[in-house]
Amino acid sequence: MVSSPAIRVDNLGKRYLIRSDQGAGYLTLREAVYAKVGGLVRRAGRPGSEGRSGVEEFWALRDVSLEVGQGQIVGFVGRNGAGKSTLLKVFSRITEPTTGRVVLQGRVASLLEVGTGFHPELTGRENVYLNGAILGMTRREIGAKFDEIVAFAEVERFLDTPVKRYSSGMYVRLAFAVAAHLDPDILVVDEVLAVGDAAFQKKCLGKIGEVASEEGRTVLFVSHNMAAIRSLCTSAHLLDQGRLAASGSPDHVVDTYLKTVTDAPESAESIRTRTDRSGDGTATIVSASIGDADGAPFISEMSRIRLEIAYEGETELMNGQFSATIYDSGKEIGLLSLNSEAVGGLPERLPPRGTLVCVTDPIGFTPGPCHVNLSLLRGGIKADYVRRGITFDVIETDVFGTGKTPDRDWALTISRHTWSLES
Amino acid sequence: MRNSTPNELVIEAGRPERRYWADLWSYRELLYFLAWRDILVRYKQTVIGVAWALLRPFLTMVVFTVLFGRLADLPSEGAPYAVLVFAALLPWQFFATALSECSSSLISDAHLISKVYFPRLLVPLGAVVVSLVDLLISGLILVGLMIWYGLVPPIQILVLPGFVLLAFLAAIGAGLWFAALNVKYRDFRYIVPFVVQLGLYVSPVGFSSEVVPDQWRLVYYLNPMVGVIDGFRWAILGGSADLYLPGFVLSIVLVAVTLAGGIWYFRRTERSFADLI
Repeated sequence: MVSSPAIRVDNLGKRYLIRSDQGAGYLTLREAVYAKVGGLVRRAGRPGSEGRSGVEEFWALRDVSLEVGQGQIVGFVGRNGAGKSTLLKVFSRITEPTTGRVVLQGRVASLLEVGTGFHPELTGRENVYLNGAILGMTRREIGAKFDEIVAFAEVERFLDTPVKRYSSGMYVRLAFAVAAHLDPDILVVDEVLAVGDAAFQKKCLGKIGEVASEEGRTVLFVSHNMAAIRSLCTSAHLLDQGRLAASGSPDHVVDTYLKTVTDAPESAESIRTRTDRSGDGTATIVSASIGDADGAPFISEMSRIRLEIAYEGETELMNGQFSATIYDSGKEIGLLSLNSEAVGGLPERLPPRGTLVCVTDPIGFTPGPCHVNLSLLRGGIKADYVRRGITFDVIETDVFGTGKTPDRDWALTISRHTWSLES
Repeated sequence: MRNSTPNELVIEAGRPERRYWADLWSYRELLYFLAWRDILVRYKQTVIGVAWALLRPFLTMVVFTVLFGRLADLPSEGAPYAVLVFAALLPWQFFATALSECSSSLISDAHLISKVYFPRLLVPLGAVVVSLVDLLISGLILVGLMIWYGLVPPIQILVLPGFVLLAFLAAIGAGLWFAALNVKYRDFRYIVPFVVQLGLYVSPVGFSSEVVPDQWRLVYYLNPMVGVIDGFRWAILGGSADLYLPGFVLSIVLVAVTLAGGIWYFRRTERSFADLI
């Protein structure tokens, strides 16, 4: 039987209009009225605007075409902001494409977040029903699978406890269990495995594999966990700035991804034009990049980091102080503070413009997404501060050689260590 | 099965989903669950729980009865003033809460809208259904009042569900407009409470619509809740309050137009909700 592909995507594109003067997507009536009036008066364009005042176009997806056969597990990899999540949102009908089309065969269920719609005041039992209904199950289906779901989640004893009293592990287990027992033809999963402890992650991955191989369902899967992509997927696609950059076997795509990850430092130039910054502006950070100090193409668990920051000021910088704080992007927890004042060593007087380099010892971060907040103080006064000046991923390289590197949700940092029998 | 299987789903720009209404039907249980969640959560967080649904209309009734019936000494067409007021308070409070809840429903469920697909219409609908449950609960007070005053409902009581339906449609019609506009223009957060507050004064809640001079009556019915409230009084109190037919027809037409427009506007904008919210 020549079956049609489970998913066919033709020239898919998604455009967002970004209002550069304000973070929120919504308007107030006043702004809408002003925009109408302003359009008549034709104000001079502000920097960074393209025609319309303060609105920029951003293509989250551009000319994406691909086919997915039935029963395949397809991985999507790429940096943060490459368009993976937008693609899955289009597949799940949450957002509408701007161009192109997608043809899906069968019922689609998407799991873009674990526990969507869970209400903290409701009990575990109530949330299973609510969450199941939100994901598209009927009451009868949920009822039939209820025991299975609870057993998978291992929360039998707490079924009648409000989930606000659950540990985060229990919460995640229950949420994933509901979604894992959906009966879709196509399952769309975004990064949800990045939650929960290692043992449960393994169980979830196993469940996804089982869903595809035994039940013939198609799974689309976004992850930063390269080991999972390699071992689980039958094929993979690499997205870069909204376009398909590579497709093929998971090994090939993952390798391509790892090569490109730090080849082109992300947003090196764009820091100059960013408007969401604070400080008195007497000196600004104009570019910054991060990489492996020993020349590896990407930052991995035990990399020494090399950070470059270029700045420009109106005059010489007296008592300039630079700091870069690396955060875990998922939990927004600071991982590492690099501060010129803390270690000393910068001359008291810095030229009006220049580039600084900071090199660290091996960092020992677990694999996962990170970002760097950059700040520049001038004589103790904040001159410039850029949140998320750089984003990067710590790539899993199996640093211990056992295939068992813990990842970000298990712990934030790792270290080489030894075990021995003492007595 | 190459061409078009029943399960084929096409996602394309600007293409109205042909299966939207079928989807809405297949997701009907979600409507129940959304309403159930709201009711459950609301009463789990309060001390006296369901009693709130009784206390609020009861106290309002007492105040209105004293204010309009005793102090202003407005006519009551033979019925006890308390019953006259309560027969109007029931649909009005339903409409007011349904409209406010409906208008803010999309915003309060923003996390759902940005993470999972379902026909968005279910969210405002669910909000109105919750208010409907409140209406049924506070209806118990009316039963109590009628027993207290020894009133026997007339035969028209049988068409009361029809007026409930009209109030429901009026609330969802206006609510859909506000809910969709609220996603794009957050000003409506302030506009809706204001509309509701004004509405109380221009609707015949504390008094009978008979106090409105005859030549203004048709104009008065431009507020569709006038038709609903008069309908409630007519069905509950019987002959002592007559139904003004031309005005009532006008109310029905207005509700139908608002609802059709509301659905149209909601459907037109809902595809961009996830991008804006």
